Amino acid sequence: MTIATDPPKESFRLSMLINDTRYRSYTFQAIALLALIVFFSILGNNLAQNLAAAGLNISYEFLGDPAGYDINQQPIPYDSQSTHMRASIVGALNTLIVAFLACVTATIFGVIAGVLRLSNNWIISKLMSIYVEIFRNIPVLIWLIIIFTITANVFAPIAEFRLPRDGSDPERTLIFGMMAFTNQGVFIPKLTLGDSGAFVIYAFLASILGVFGYRGYARKKLFDEGKTIPVLLPSLAILIVPAVLMYFALGRPLGVDLPEMGRFRFEGGLQLRTSFIALWFALSIYTGAFIAENVRAGILAVSKGQSEAAAALGLRSGRIMNLVILPQALRVIIPPLISQYLNITKNSSLAIAVGYMDLTGTLGGITLNQTGRAIESVLLLMLFYLTFSLTISALMNVYNNSIKLKER
Amino acid sequence: MSDTHSHSVAFVRHDQIPAAPPPAGETGPLKWVRENLFSGPFNTVMTLLGLYIIYSLVVGIFPWIANSVWGTENIRECREITQGNGGACFSVIEQRWQQLLFGFEYPSTQYWRPTTAFVLLFVAVAPVLFLNLPRILLVFTGLYPFLAYWLIWGGTILIPISAALGFVVGYFAFKRLEHNSFATGLFGAVAAAVLTWWVTGFLVGAAPGLIALPEVASRNMGGFMLNMILGTICVSLSLPIGIALALGRQSHMPIIKWICVVFIEFIRGVPLITLLFVANVVLAYFFPPETSLDLILRVIIMITMFSSAYIAEVIRGGLAALPRGQYEAADSLGLDYAQATRLIIMPQALKISIPGIVNVAVGLFKDTTLVSVISMFDLVGMIRGPILSSTDWAGVYWELWAFAAALFFVVCYGISQYSQWLERKLQTGHR
Repeated sequence: MTIATDPPKESFRLSMLINDTRYRSYTFQAIALLALIVFFSILGNNLAQNLAAAGLNISYEFLGDPAGYDINQQPIPYDSQSTHMRASIVGALNTLIVAFLACVTATIFGVIAGVLRLSNNWIISKLMSIYVEIFRNIPVLIWLIIIFTITANVFAPIAEFRLPRDGSDPERTLIFGMMAFTNQGVFIPKLTLGDSGAFVIYAFLASILGVFGYRGYARKKLFDEGKTIPVLLPSLAILIVPAVLMYFALGRPLGVDLPEMGRFRFEGGLQLRTSFIALWFALSIYTGAFIAENVRAGILAVSKGQSEAAAALGLRSGRIMNLVILPQALRVIIPPLISQYLNITKNSSLAIAVGYMDLTGTLGGITLNQTGRAIESVLLLMLFYLTFSLTISALMNVYNNSIKLKER
Repeated sequence: MSDTHSHSVAFVRHDQIPAAPPPAGETGPLKWVRENLFSGPFNTVMTLLGLYIIYSLVVGIFPWIANSVWGTENIRECREITQGNGGACFSVIEQRWQQLLFGFEYPSTQYWRPTTAFVLLFVAVAPVLFLNLPRILLVFTGLYPFLAYWLIWGGTILIPISAALGFVVGYFAFKRLEHNSFATGLFGAVAAAVLTWWVTGFLVGAAPGLIALPEVASRNMGGFMLNMILGTICVSLSLPIGIALALGRQSHMPIIKWICVVFIEFIRGVPLITLLFVANVVLAYFFPPETSLDLILRVIIMITMFSSAYIAEVIRGGLAALPRGQYEAADSLGLDYAQATRLIIMPQALKISIPGIVNVAVGLFKDTTLVSVISMFDLVGMIRGPILSSTDWAGVYWELWAFAAALFFVVCYGISQYSQWLERKLQTGHR
């Protein structure tokens, strides 16, 4: 017969800080914290010494000074007398513009290439493999410079669009009278807003919401009452009719400004500069190759049994894709897709290599060099990208949790 | 049966008719073409479109290669020979290949050194990449970094030898003290290594010219060699750091976990260019005033931080993919954290994350071209700077960029094919 005795009362010994698993983690954390504090204080100390030696200080006052340089793409009004702050905002907007457009086109390229790579057509699937492998294995910087060189050297110079003095036809004319690809950029029609033009845009945005509402209603009716009501035509009507009515009711406030050849250069229209076109296209086609791989992996991840089961239920191939394969494939595709979007945003900082004035070009480039405020500028630059990435990642986590398979 | 009818039936066949060949359209290449290329109207259109794309690519590229010019001194001679027939001017590569590969300041009599280091790199990584090679080769892998340093940077051989000696002494100290606890072993090893370096430091100071190669300064590195150096050093340094960060992020100790999380998320949230800006203009402020690190070292620090954050995320994925039972089994065997991690967890987690690590490595190798933005003369920097702006070769874009693209393609495609081969080899499950 054994008698359970109380464990002997242990007194705390110093060696338990290392050897006892209950305390060891506190020891390690204390050491880590201490090392971190020492590390940062050494860095801070060095920084203070170096700054004092160079006669510098950390201050953000330079953001209020006039920038004194020009920016060639201005989404908001800006001139060389504007502040460095405003120059940075223009740069940030330019970053977001090119990143957004590149995300859209990269997705289109990627989905097309990814689906076609799985095609039974041997030629097409091999072509797509070649596209994917070539673009994935060569640095984006090289692609960016190659495409920039193409746009600057292969597209026709503006002079060829000029009307010759003798009244003969110019060497080149605008495509459809609307677009011109020149070595100084692409000229496209511009949408002009009249006084009340914004209302037409609002009406159009509202009708997009209306279409979603109508589709939801149609689905509810199908599930509740088993009735199918037409979706496609009413959706189109909801999309187009209110905006068109609004357009005529307000006296045609929207117009299109076509580019026209003036004496020396194009007048009117919207000029997309070579640097912008090159960056946009390079980012989309490069990232498109990565997205193609994600799309392919996503589709292959849906087991064959799923499509066979759907076929056995009598679904047609279009519906199998829409109702069975895609919802499951998207669960696999979307997380890497979002990280590709983040990559596009980060890679858009390569703009500095072709002279597109994004945030890296304004704040991290000219402002930094003019003011010599290296630490402040680089810190702000990082903060911008970090905020953007972390926001997207946070939204991503919310989305991931909402589509997570709910099992057990 | 046959006997009874043999007289009434006019003709009886005694052997079987050989099977008729299938219709011409249902066999051989014709069938393949019909089923794979022209199975429907949509497919037919796609095939014709694909053929047209191939045709226009061939028509575009063929005269460029067929009429190419070698052996001229500058672009004007090239233009005289081609007379506008669209031929490429590959003489630029013939004339400047040394600059493209080694940069324009590496002494040309010493080119054999980086070349030898490059060739030996394959010997060194072979036992890591192919597990069926004899394990003894790993000794050479361990020695390679020191050998490569000596070959590329030059100087006395005593420096790399004493550095290697420090690691060897540290290793034996670790083996000796390991049975106490992992932490004791680690600290003992660090102490022993530092002591060795301190002692051998005098030795190096005493004989600075012993078996010395001419020294080449870091700022003279350039061309594709610079990309290779940055890629190799940063990937190999970031592996251990990445493993440590991944383990730290999985740790139950909140302070250590949060240090790792903040580091990883910060690095992953910013573009590499901003980190290179830090290396270029900011990092020097954080070092003691009297030190002066050269740019290549600062860049190596920043790129290593960058890639270790990405590798940490890949390895974290591998750790998360391990079944819970593996951790519990290690615990129930009585292994402590260091033993369990080293013997049970890491070998499996690393195996799962090898493809991801290779992807990061390829991505990082491609990203080393970004150093041209902070005016270092890597392959891209060499082309954009000294070569395209020289009077001899201004305007030879396509040949140079095609050369650069081909170099990167060969290396990156090779690595990714290896990764896919390994993935197939390691795949034990089935779908």
